[in-house]
Amino acid sequence: MKYFALVWAGLFRKKARTLLTLASLFIAFMLFGLLQAVNHAFESGVSISGAGRLITNGRYSIIDNLPISHVQRIRSLQSVASVTHASWFGGTYQDPANFFAKFPVEPEQYLAMYPELSLSEAQKQAFIDNRTATIVSRSLAERFNWKIGDRIPIVADIWPGKNGNTWEFELVGIYDIAKDSNYADALLFRYDYFDENRVFGQGLVGWIITRLSDPNKSAEVAAAIDQMFLNSNNETKTATEQDFLLSFAKQVGNIGLIVTGILGAVFFTILLVTGNTMSQTVRERIPELAVLKTIGFTNHGILGLILSESVLMTLIGGGLGLLTAMLVVPGAADALRSLLPGMFLTYSSVLYGMLLALFLGVFVGAIPAIKAMRLNIVDALGEK
Amino acid sequence: MNQPIATLTDVKKSYRNGRHKVDVLSDLNLEVKQGEFLALMGPSGSGKSTLLNLLGGMDKPTAGAVEVAGKRIDKMNQTQLAGWRANHIGVVFQFYNLLPVLSAQKNVELPLLLHKMSAAERRKRAATVLEIVDLTDRAGHRPAELSGGQQQRVAIARALVTDPMLLICDEPTGDLDRSTADEIMGLLETLNREYGKTIIMVTHDPKAAEHATHILYLDKGRLSTEAAA
Repeated sequence: MKYFALVWAGLFRKKARTLLTLASLFIAFMLFGLLQAVNHAFESGVSISGAGRLITNGRYSIIDNLPISHVQRIRSLQSVASVTHASWFGGTYQDPANFFAKFPVEPEQYLAMYPELSLSEAQKQAFIDNRTATIVSRSLAERFNWKIGDRIPIVADIWPGKNGNTWEFELVGIYDIAKDSNYADALLFRYDYFDENRVFGQGLVGWIITRLSDPNKSAEVAAAIDQMFLNSNNETKTATEQDFLLSFAKQVGNIGLIVTGILGAVFFTILLVTGNTMSQTVRERIPELAVLKTIGFTNHGILGLILSESVLMTLIGGGLGLLTAMLVVPGAADALRSLLPGMFLTYSSVLYGMLLALFLGVFVGAIPAIKAMRLNIVDALGEK
Repeated sequence: MNQPIATLTDVKKSYRNGRHKVDVLSDLNLEVKQGEFLALMGPSGSGKSTLLNLLGGMDKPTAGAVEVAGKRIDKMNQTQLAGWRANHIGVVFQFYNLLPVLSAQKNVELPLLLHKMSAAERRKRAATVLEIVDLTDRAGHRPAELSGGQQQRVAIARALVTDPMLLICDEPTGDLDRSTADEIMGLLETLNREYGKTIIMVTHDPKAAEHATHILYLDKGRLSTEAAA
């Protein structure tokens, strides 16, 4: 600690340059924190969703529909507790920017399949009784200021209706999603109404959801389902819900790779900026470093001083950036809940960020510090 | 008679300048006694600063022995030399070489960081030497806020603060006007006479050299008691 004042004074020898470098580090590490939170949204969706549920979709593509008869056949298998289905409707509410999922489902079976969705018995009954009924998540209702009884028009982009492109639903229920669930906000409406009124594709469903009576048998049941439809016109691919969500996320792209790519570019730039600052700061202080050696600082002592300055700089910039990300993420997560549920900056990500800052400090400080360590006193004192 | 504090025996020092070898010091012998104030004079390039660097353990001879306070410092490795300098040597430079980001007080405390002592003790010892060089009222000032003479006095305080056995001064008045130079030389003389400090000083200035107890002349790598004609 007794060297801290010396390290601190050296770091702020050129205030403007150090502050600009700290600002670059701050931005980079704040971005790191935010992107880690985004990454977590995708990763956590994959890792924690319904261990006891299997998802069956077309073998060759997630967008291949399956005949609804598959549902009945899967129901006949052992270790299967219940089966239902859902489909991707697409469609637009008012503006393409108002993106949210819309699924035609079997009301009773679907709600039984997802106990993490809760709504009152009366609203549930209204959903079952009314063919044009829809239910939405509370955050969607709040986002669009929907009230029970409202009529919600959705313009189809995949599934035109027999009465035109606009499907109109009556809002009969607003469901809450359990806090520990990452079930994405969605508008749910009745499959039978959808199937009867679409122009084509009758009798097809997007994917089939199977709840197991024994989650330990998921591998066997998945194999049995796929075996059942092997060599048919509609072969299947069954996986756990986790795998399905991962495949779904991968339609957007490999989020992990995108995040890594962006951060790679950012940190490479930071490496150059910080490395340049440290090189300059040592070049300008060669006679001063020679004086320190003259009064008895060892070569390793000088190495330690320069590395400490470098690490202190990256830890301050990185720490402030991560702290800001920690403060910003909860608000951003709340605002993006319907688009990107599960956005959260974990402590392990923050720790990882701090370790990255530490590594960055050592890496960019290493070459100037080694140069300073190797300075010959006589030669260095001659440099003015 | 006082014991010798520094002895150079058959010391040679040469540098490589590209393909050429430059002999700076040849078969040089010197004995400096404890409590002596030695002024080394000579033309530029005569090897004065090289000799000072050898005595201060900042450089090593190409051949020969350098013994200071009974220790062969030419045999020490870099880490041992650094520790030895921290404990036994104080250096005053021509251009003061203070750290611009630190106050006078902190500059003076700097060598004490290498010694085991509390922050309070460091402050106390720095305050004491600042009092000796008559700069107590400037302790909180940074070098840029001090005159040349004041900066050199801070540098002398920094060199003194560890109570070294040998004070090495490389052109301590070279960057100062006459009256300030006289002040600084008066201070060094006081340190030698009243505090018993052994001082070896390189200077071009005959007036400054007059303050020393002995004067040696160095020319073409050889020492003599008389200036070359």
